[in-house]
Amino acid sequence: MSQATLEIRRISGHAGSVPGAGVKREFEVCKLIDTTTCIGCKACEVACLEWNGLSFTETTFQNSYQTMPDAAWNYWNLIKFNEHETDDHGLMLLMRKDQCMHCEEPGCLVACPADGAIVQYANGIVDFQQEHCIGCGYCVSGCPFNIPKFSPQARKVFKCTLCVDRVSQGLEPACIKSCPTGCLHFGTKDDMKDLAEQRAKQLRDVSGFKDAGVYDPQGVGGTHVMYVLHDAKNPQAYGGLPANPTIPWTVKLWKAPLKWLGNFAILGGIVGLFVHYLRYGPKIVDEGDSSSRGGGKS
Amino acid sequence: MRETQLLPNGRVLRYNFRERLVHWLAGLSYLYLLLTGLAFWSPWLFWIAVVLGGATIARELHPWAGVIFTIAVLWMYRLWGAQMRAAKGDKAWWNSIPHYIQNEDEEMPSADRFNPGQKLLFWGFYWCGIALLLSGVVLWFTEYVPWNLRFLRYISVIVHPVAALLTIGLFMIHVYMGTAAERGAFGSVIRGDVSPAWAKKHHRMWYEQIVKGASARK
Repeated sequence: MSQATLEIRRISGHAGSVPGAGVKREFEVCKLIDTTTCIGCKACEVACLEWNGLSFTETTFQNSYQTMPDAAWNYWNLIKFNEHETDDHGLMLLMRKDQCMHCEEPGCLVACPADGAIVQYANGIVDFQQEHCIGCGYCVSGCPFNIPKFSPQARKVFKCTLCVDRVSQGLEPACIKSCPTGCLHFGTKDDMKDLAEQRAKQLRDVSGFKDAGVYDPQGVGGTHVMYVLHDAKNPQAYGGLPANPTIPWTVKLWKAPLKWLGNFAILGGIVGLFVHYLRYGPKIVDEGDSSSRGGGKS
Repeated sequence: MRETQLLPNGRVLRYNFRERLVHWLAGLSYLYLLLTGLAFWSPWLFWIAVVLGGATIARELHPWAGVIFTIAVLWMYRLWGAQMRAAKGDKAWWNSIPHYIQNEDEEMPSADRFNPGQKLLFWGFYWCGIALLLSGVVLWFTEYVPWNLRFLRYISVIVHPVAALLTIGLFMIHVYMGTAAERGAFGSVIRGDVSPAWAKKHHRMWYEQIVKGASARK
C-alpha cells in the first residue's frame, strides 16, 4: 500500500520500463509457516484484522474450527482446518494458515490491465494499489491460489499485503508478531529456506514424517510465503493447497502470443486497407447513366 | 420484400428506419466496447480509458454496453436473419472476389439484398457476439464463479479477446467499405435510400426484384 520506501520490480498494466528498477540491492523477504507446530489458535487472524484496520465480520460454522469457508476481501488470513487420515500417524488435524503466497511470478499481476494496480517490490512482496484498481477481477482469474477477493462495496480487489507497511519500516508482519508457538517465521528468503529445510529434515529424521518437506512451488517461480508440511507429497490435504500451481495457461497465452498476434493483425489490417484505397480507390457509381446495366467505371 | 421499395423521388429505399436505428444502436455500442476493450487489451492503449472518463468507469460501463450490443445483434437477427442465409450463388461470388477487390464490379455475379461478404460480416458478428456475451458474463461476475468451476474463467479470458479480435477484423473492413470505399453506402444507413444506379451496381438481383414488384403492383 505504501510505495514510499520500497523499490519496485514489476508494475501491472504498465507501458514501458519500471522507473528505478534494479538500482538498489534489496533482500528478498519471506514468511515461513511451519504447519507442524501450528495449534490453530487464530491469533494471526486477529492480528491481521487489528493491524490492517479490518472489522471483524460474521463467522460461518461448517462443523470445523475454521472461521469461514474461504478468506474474504476483509479477511485476508484464514487458518484452514482439515481432518486427514494417515497410515503412520492415524487421524491428523491439519492446520494451514492460508493467505497470499506472494509469488515470484504473480499471476494476478500478469493478468491485471490497470497501470500500477498491482506492483511487485524488489523484496518480493506483491501488493495491490487500490487507488489504481479498476475492479475488473482479472487478477482473480490469474491467481492459482484463489486469493484476490472482490469487495462489492469498494468495487476493488483486496488481499494480504504481507504487511508491506510494517516490513518497509523494518518490522515483521503482524501475523508473525502474534504467533505464540513460533510456527511463523519472517526473514530473508535464503534464511527461511535454510530454516525450513532444517525443520523438514528434523521431521523426517526424528519425528517419523518420512515425506516431510518444504512447499516453495517452482511453477510460479517460488513464493515469498513457504510452508513446512508433514507430507509435502500431498499438499492438497491442507485445505486444497495446489500441488503444482502455475499461472493458467490461457492467461499466459492471452498476455503474450495472442497480444502480439492481435496487435500485428490490427496494424496489418489498417495498413492493408489504406494501401487498398491508394491502389484501387473507391467504388463510384456512375449516376449519369443510370439506365445502363452494370454500373459505372471507377 | 415489403420493406424495400422504389421511392416517389425515383430513389430506392434500402434500409427503413427500424433497420437504421438498430444498425446504429449496434454500431455505437460496439464503438464504445471496442475503445474500452482496447484500453484493457494493452497497456499502450490504456490512455483510451482515461480519455473516456477513467478505467474504473470504463470497467463498469463496458458490460452494460455489451448488453445493449447483444440486444441490437439479436434484433438484427430478427430483421435480417432470413435474408442472410447462404444461397446458391454465394460460392460463385466468393470465387470472383479478386474482381470485387480490384473494383471490377461489372465482373461480379449479381448480388441479392445482401452479398455474401455482408453475410459473412453478419454471421461473424452474430457468432462472435454470442461468444463475447457468454465469456463476458463470466468476466463480469468473476468473483461469483466457484473455485471448482474456475475453468470457466480460464476459458473466458482467452475466448473474449479472440472473439473480439475477429470482430475487429470484420469491423475494420465494414467501416472502410461503408465510408471510404463504397460511395453511397453510408447514406443508405443514414437516410436510408440509394440511387437506382447504386442498387443496380451492387445488388442487381435485389433491385430487379423491387422493380418487378413495383410493376406488378401497378
